[in-house]
Amino acid sequence: MTTDSNNSSCAKFQAQLPELIGSGEIASAHSHIQSCELCRALLADLETIAQAARQLFPVEEPPDDLWEHIESAIKNERGSGETG
Amino acid sequence: MPHSRFPEQLPDPASQLPESDIPSAVEGTPNPVPNSPSVAFARSAEPDPIESDALSRAQAGDNHAFSQLYSLHKRRIYSLCLRMLGNVAEAEDLTQEAFLQLYRKIGTFRGDSAFSTWLHRLAINVVLMHLRKKGLAVISLDEAMEPAVEERAGRSFGAADLTLTGAIDRMALEHAIDKLPAGYRLIFVLHDIEGYEHNEIASMLDCSIGNSKSQLHKARLKLRDALRVYPRQEAQQ
Repeated sequence: MTTDSNNSSCAKFQAQLPELIGSGEIASAHSHIQSCELCRALLADLETIAQAARQLFPVEEPPDDLWEHIESAIKNERGSGETG
Repeated sequence: MPHSRFPEQLPDPASQLPESDIPSAVEGTPNPVPNSPSVAFARSAEPDPIESDALSRAQAGDNHAFSQLYSLHKRRIYSLCLRMLGNVAEAEDLTQEAFLQLYRKIGTFRGDSAFSTWLHRLAINVVLMHLRKKGLAVISLDEAMEPAVEERAGRSFGAADLTLTGAIDRMALEHAIDKLPAGYRLIFVLHDIEGYEHNEIASMLDCSIGNSKSQLHKARLKLRDALRVYPRQEAQQ
């Protein structure tokens, strides 16, 4: 019974989470978070993921020959512009 | 009282991007991109003199200068395409398309925003146009995804074995993002990596702000699930 009740309040809280987080409210200040270890952990995890994502700067290098393709496409375009 | 560390609370950069400067995500329709981007991408706000010089010369038709601009921005644009699409071949094609668009439109750049911000938005629109041509309805992605998403989110009620806090491996996160369904990945990349706000994403994708918030939340939940599994998979290999 208690578990059902907890699950119900967790479900209610988690249903509100996208709006709570998305609107910039301090979700950790929500009354449910103060008393629920599981939802506190969930929130902490989501915050950690968001934080970690912000550290993901571009690191991928395009293939060396991509510029050649671009240059060739530009030349074609310029050529067709001149003839057209 | 602890403060939330979600990026929603970051202030908006004041950069402005004129709508007329950038290609529409859907040909023949009004440009859906809002004109007040908050782009984490343009975190280095100081203008780069090398870039400024190359930009001026490229706008005057100097092809060597254009190749310099490519060298300066190729990694960011390619990485953006790769993250949004999750496919190397498509990322290469769309990087090429983005720079071709740049070549065509560079003369319209008026300097109202940072060049990198403008180019970034141009590339995003190229990707969105591509996705729409492919038939990906970015608005109704909820329906396109596996129905178990809501159930997976609900599993967290009894999940006491989690705790990622402070321990996310970069590779694991990259891998998990790659594995996200396309729609979730798109919104996660735009919001959490590239730094766009929900109102901007909603405008770009032509969906509601609530939809953007909801999909981002589900994307994070899926990543959480994936990241909890990842270390065990790694250990087995």
